[in-house]
Amino acid sequence: MMSKVLLTGNEAVARGAYEAGVKVLSAYPGTPSTEIPENMAKYDEIYAEWAPNEKVAMEVAIGAAVGGVRSMVTMKHVGVNVAADPLFTSSYTGINGGLVIVSADDPGMHSSQDEQDNRYYARFAKIPMIEPADSQECLDFVKEAYEISEKFDTPVFMRMTTRVCHSQSLVEVHDRKEQELKPYVKDASKYVVMPAVARKRHAVVEQRLLELQKFSEETSLNRVEMNSKEVGIIVSGVLYQYVKEALPEASILKLGFSWPLPRKKIEAFAASVKDLYVVEELDPLIEQEVKSWGIAISGKEHFPRCGEVFTEMIRQEIAGDCLQCKEESAAVGRPPVLCPGCPHRGIFYVLSKLKVNVTGDIGCYSLGATPPLNAMDIIICMGASIGLAHGMEKARGKEFSKHTVAVIGDSTFMHSGITGIINAVYNQSNITVVIMDNRITAMTGHQDNPTTGFNAKGEPAPIVDIEGICRACGVKRVQVVDPADIEATMKAVKEELVAEEPSVIITRRPCILLDKKQMKPAFYINKEKCTGCGMCMKSGCPCIGKDENGKAEINDSTCVGCGLCMQLCPFGAIEKGE
Amino acid sequence: MVKNILIVGVGGQGTILASRILSQVALSTGQDVKVSEIHGMSQRGGSVVTQVRFGDKVYSPIIEPGTADMIMAFEKLEALRWLHWLKEDGQIIVNDQKMNPMPVVTGVAKYPDDVLEQIRSKCKNVLIFDALHAARDCGSDKAANVVLLGALSKYMNIDRETWITVITKLVPQKFLQVNLDAFAAGEALTEK
Repeated sequence: MMSKVLLTGNEAVARGAYEAGVKVLSAYPGTPSTEIPENMAKYDEIYAEWAPNEKVAMEVAIGAAVGGVRSMVTMKHVGVNVAADPLFTSSYTGINGGLVIVSADDPGMHSSQDEQDNRYYARFAKIPMIEPADSQECLDFVKEAYEISEKFDTPVFMRMTTRVCHSQSLVEVHDRKEQELKPYVKDASKYVVMPAVARKRHAVVEQRLLELQKFSEETSLNRVEMNSKEVGIIVSGVLYQYVKEALPEASILKLGFSWPLPRKKIEAFAASVKDLYVVEELDPLIEQEVKSWGIAISGKEHFPRCGEVFTEMIRQEIAGDCLQCKEESAAVGRPPVLCPGCPHRGIFYVLSKLKVNVTGDIGCYSLGATPPLNAMDIIICMGASIGLAHGMEKARGKEFSKHTVAVIGDSTFMHSGITGIINAVYNQSNITVVIMDNRITAMTGHQDNPTTGFNAKGEPAPIVDIEGICRACGVKRVQVVDPADIEATMKAVKEELVAEEPSVIITRRPCILLDKKQMKPAFYINKEKCTGCGMCMKSGCPCIGKDENGKAEINDSTCVGCGLCMQLCPFGAIEKGE
Repeated sequence: MVKNILIVGVGGQGTILASRILSQVALSTGQDVKVSEIHGMSQRGGSVVTQVRFGDKVYSPIIEPGTADMIMAFEKLEALRWLHWLKEDGQIIVNDQKMNPMPVVTGVAKYPDDVLEQIRSKCKNVLIFDALHAARDCGSDKAANVVLLGALSKYMNIDRETWITVITKLVPQKFLQVNLDAFAAGEALTEK
């Protein structure tokens, strides 16, 4: 089979993994990486699973690789922080079947809490890194990565960025090439990293880096496109496309295998051009290393350390050429909001009304922090809400806990909330934890998780019981409430806040986009009863506004009839639609 | 020559299907195509944009400000927000629909009264119509995206047949007629 199709970078990685004969995939969803595992799960030849978090996913992938097959693990950039422990050691043990780790970074933070530069991880863990620049390269580089992995007995780090993950371009696809199952050989001197073994393995890792450096000089993944000798650009990833667009005359050293750097190739390239630049997003990693060799190169004096680099910046900074465009219009911002009918809105309305302190977590419900709800004081990372609330109690006393709630989603609870609960019980906290169970991993686009009853392939799976886990950890006060019922939710929160022990409230209702049967005809305002008091607008529903007379109005094309506003109206002015 | 088209709107308005149809249509011309969109947080009722580029050879998937040949806006404030992406003689198609962003709902900001006037004063080639109303007349609010595509198609040099083939392929059978009607309605709106 040979045909060209339009694929996102993520779809192309999945296709590349399929063609490379990958057998096992484990992943935790995270924008912008999520569509890689979703698409891999569609292939019958690949075992694909959702792991509860990235650390487990990494361990599964290492196990599969050592077990003799080609395996893959995918995650967003911050997921690598979670997976770092097994990642670093797998560099020491090496692999058996190939192992590729895909990290999807998010310069510009389109959907993330930081914009850490994961190119550091390749250097830190001492493993090679490849960076594709479009979807065709995503597919080709994955296959190349498995060859490198097996040749050098190392995990390979494939770094993507949002623009590569979510941009579509034409890709030539081929058939799958099955890989033979490699023998499983017990070898404690390689895989059992007790100090005596690890010391020897560290030396192996250092030697491997020297060999990889040699490979970096030779591989066609690092190529020179010689053009004008006036300007030379070193670049990797999607920035290569921007450079081609902005500087058609420039000579380019394109780094597809971007660490270890090809020093000799860079020195020769530097010597062949008058002005040498490196275009890189976020941190000046290439720049610093090249400068350390005594080569004159410009980079960060032209390009920002924060956010993305764009074509127009390259055009302006290097060609001195500024495109003419209209002045930007002042348009009020449109931040994301909880969807109409979102089950999280009920609990956030309650928390907002009670004016409690809220430690938050990562998911759609992070949007509870935005006006008018303003119902979140802090967000750190996946699973942090529970530890944060416990820490605050230890800092400020149990009375503070009576005005503090930790909120966490079902999937985030599975990811890394459980250990927080264990800590709270063990260390005698009085914290109140709200687990907002919307029956799905919603933010990333509805992936199943251990609590939903389905696996990554959509097949029925055992349900991990959230209440049971909390009780087993020692939480005696566990209650379940429907967040669409404001009165019941309010009662539950008030009860648990004052309890002199840790307690858990599970607010359970499916994501409105998951179970569309919940969608009802739009509600409407009885204008005779409406006084224009604005109470109905306190929940932050995007469907409610005010008409020219200052009375409430409901947008009938977006309202899904959840009925929350009806519970808030003191005048009975909101009525069910038909 | 690379053609640059920006599709802007509010998360949940159906911009994704519109961009899928447009990119498949572009693809069927046998040219190089790149499409870029952002998934995730921004989709939750926030401002969304899809960039479609096609031509002999396309490098960047991202359109530079001031270089869009066309902007198709699903909501008028979003049209205003992305206006400076349009090139001097570019065409903008605006759905005359108002969706209040949260700062307007909460009262900290005002939805400008003169959005359409601002757009008209800053662009030479402007087409404004109520796509939601036109879609409703065809039988479904959800077909507003295809009404807009119908109008867009009139400014592109691609056979009508190609559009119809792609729509037929991408739209579920039971909504096909509504969408074909919506497409025709959009085409007709360019002649008023």
